[in-house]
Amino acid sequence: MTPAEQLADIAHEPGVSKPDPILVVDEVSRAFGGLKAVDVDHLEVQRGVITALIGPNGAGKTTFFNLLTGFDQPDTGRAVFDGEVASGKSSHELARKGMVRTFQLTKALTKLPVIENMKLGATHQKGEHFFTALLSPLWNAQEREIEKRADALLERFKLDHMRDEYAGTMSGGQRKLLEMARSLMADPTLVMLDEPMAGVNPALTQSLLEHVKSLRDEGITVMFVEHDMDVVRDISDWVVVMAEGRIIAEGPPDSIGKNQQVIDAYLGSHHDSALDLDADLSGQEPA
Amino acid sequence: MTFAAIDWGFILTQSVTQALDFNAVVYALAAIGLNIHFGYAGLLNFGQVGFVAMGAYGMGLSITLWELNPFLAVVVGMIFAAIFALILGLPTLRLRSDYLAIVTIAAAEIVRLIARSTVMRPITRGAEGLNEFIGPFRDLSPFEASAVYGIGPIEWRGSQFFAVVVGWALVALSLLLVAQLMRSPWGRVVKAIREDEDAARALGKNAYWYKLQALILGGVIGGLGGMVQALGNATVQPDFFVAPLTFFFWLVLILGGVGKVWAPVFGAVVYWFMITFIQNTGRQLVDEGLIPTSIMDTSQIDQIRFWIVGAALALLMVFRPQGFFGSKEEMALDAR
Repeated sequence: MTPAEQLADIAHEPGVSKPDPILVVDEVSRAFGGLKAVDVDHLEVQRGVITALIGPNGAGKTTFFNLLTGFDQPDTGRAVFDGEVASGKSSHELARKGMVRTFQLTKALTKLPVIENMKLGATHQKGEHFFTALLSPLWNAQEREIEKRADALLERFKLDHMRDEYAGTMSGGQRKLLEMARSLMADPTLVMLDEPMAGVNPALTQSLLEHVKSLRDEGITVMFVEHDMDVVRDISDWVVVMAEGRIIAEGPPDSIGKNQQVIDAYLGSHHDSALDLDADLSGQEPA
Repeated sequence: MTFAAIDWGFILTQSVTQALDFNAVVYALAAIGLNIHFGYAGLLNFGQVGFVAMGAYGMGLSITLWELNPFLAVVVGMIFAAIFALILGLPTLRLRSDYLAIVTIAAAEIVRLIARSTVMRPITRGAEGLNEFIGPFRDLSPFEASAVYGIGPIEWRGSQFFAVVVGWALVALSLLLVAQLMRSPWGRVVKAIREDEDAARALGKNAYWYKLQALILGGVIGGLGGMVQALGNATVQPDFFVAPLTFFFWLVLILGGVGKVWAPVFGAVVYWFMITFIQNTGRQLVDEGLIPTSIMDTSQIDQIRFWIVGAALALLMVFRPQGFFGSKEEMALDAR
């Protein structure tokens, strides 16, 4: 069943339940002083599809991401990831369970070679324990296997020519690619991308989009924050809209542009025509 | 009043002896520890001398107070340094790196002030320090305490030669340990945390735990430095462990090149060579009247040698900021 088919019969309303959710969020809120940055009643993220999280600036998207990935803890509520309670867990525990994130500002480890950046991504490495690290024979075989996987991924992301360079010598776009490739080293089931296309030139955007789609084709669930509506329309199967910390709309990309609440959130409530982003979408099915 | 009167052979012998003496070992071990902290894990430790003191006191007290055997005393010294690392690290390593820096400066002074306080006299002997622990170590030494040992003109008394030999053996072991760890996946995680802690966490690494391990390891190696100091001087004086000493350890590390295995040893040897060379040369120049006493007398050389070392370090920072072993390429990445 294609992602579009899986989501075909689902109502286009906030907090709607999905047939096979990988991530379920209940009553999650987070306040900074008097400001309630995130206040989500209910959200389900369907397994195996690409879900976009959009919203105007200050809507709480990144804060929500941080809460889901363990980089911040919610004041109330809980999230369940793959059948296990995720809230209260730290970021590294969630990453080991298969929820791996990237960052809005890319975090390439500049003074490590690209290949070392990649190898770091692998989880459950024996040589990462202090005492086993002292005896190379205990981890050499695993290291070689990890290196093989890293090389294969570098080739897939067309970064193999940079293999032994310092990551600090890469361009912004290459760093985005490296970060995505590195997250795959952790064998994730859910990849959370925070603005994967920000600051990337249009030519590279296309290749990044293809890589994101290929993640879905491999059965990896993708959730991403994005501002670029073309990108959202191009690759997402489902769109979740946040405004002022709340989820105000959900639905496939073509339905979102027509949603009155979304239009109000982006343009203010006195606007009465459909958003431009949908003008050229009429009659077209999302990819 | 001629240059011919200057005894260059004596000056060089003195300088090389000091460069290889146990004092250089103390600096090397402390700087190896700092290198693990700062060079690999990115931890700002401005209280390394506190770890050195903990090692020295742990070993000394094991003998004077608990009458343990010397091998156990060394283990206790290491445990003291490790406990110090836990006290500093547990509350601060979850916070931004500056918090550790602030805490370490203060904590090192607290160790010294507690050790020399009158309340602690029954245990640490206060300002007088520990002096009666050396016996069991002397018994272990294969060298005659009063005989002279060495290579050619470079000589030590047997009592100190023991500290020199044990000290350099510890340096060699520590370097092997660091080299192996830093080429292992453990080292990769630690270096990744130095570069970006959040990136490491997002990839499933428990940054807090690794930083704690690095802090303990570097602290314990610094503690070994304190034990070598105790063996060499046959005493543990609280006022040896003053705060500025930490910054000499930093100097030694930067001289060699931060984040390079050999850097601390190179730095320590060069530092002690320079200090001794300048001091002896200066003294002879004054004695021979080549520098008039109206400019400088022999009692001022101790201060002036630090001026010269400071100026040399400033020049190094201008012309070779990465230190002797550091890589310019790596350094340039910071600017991007």
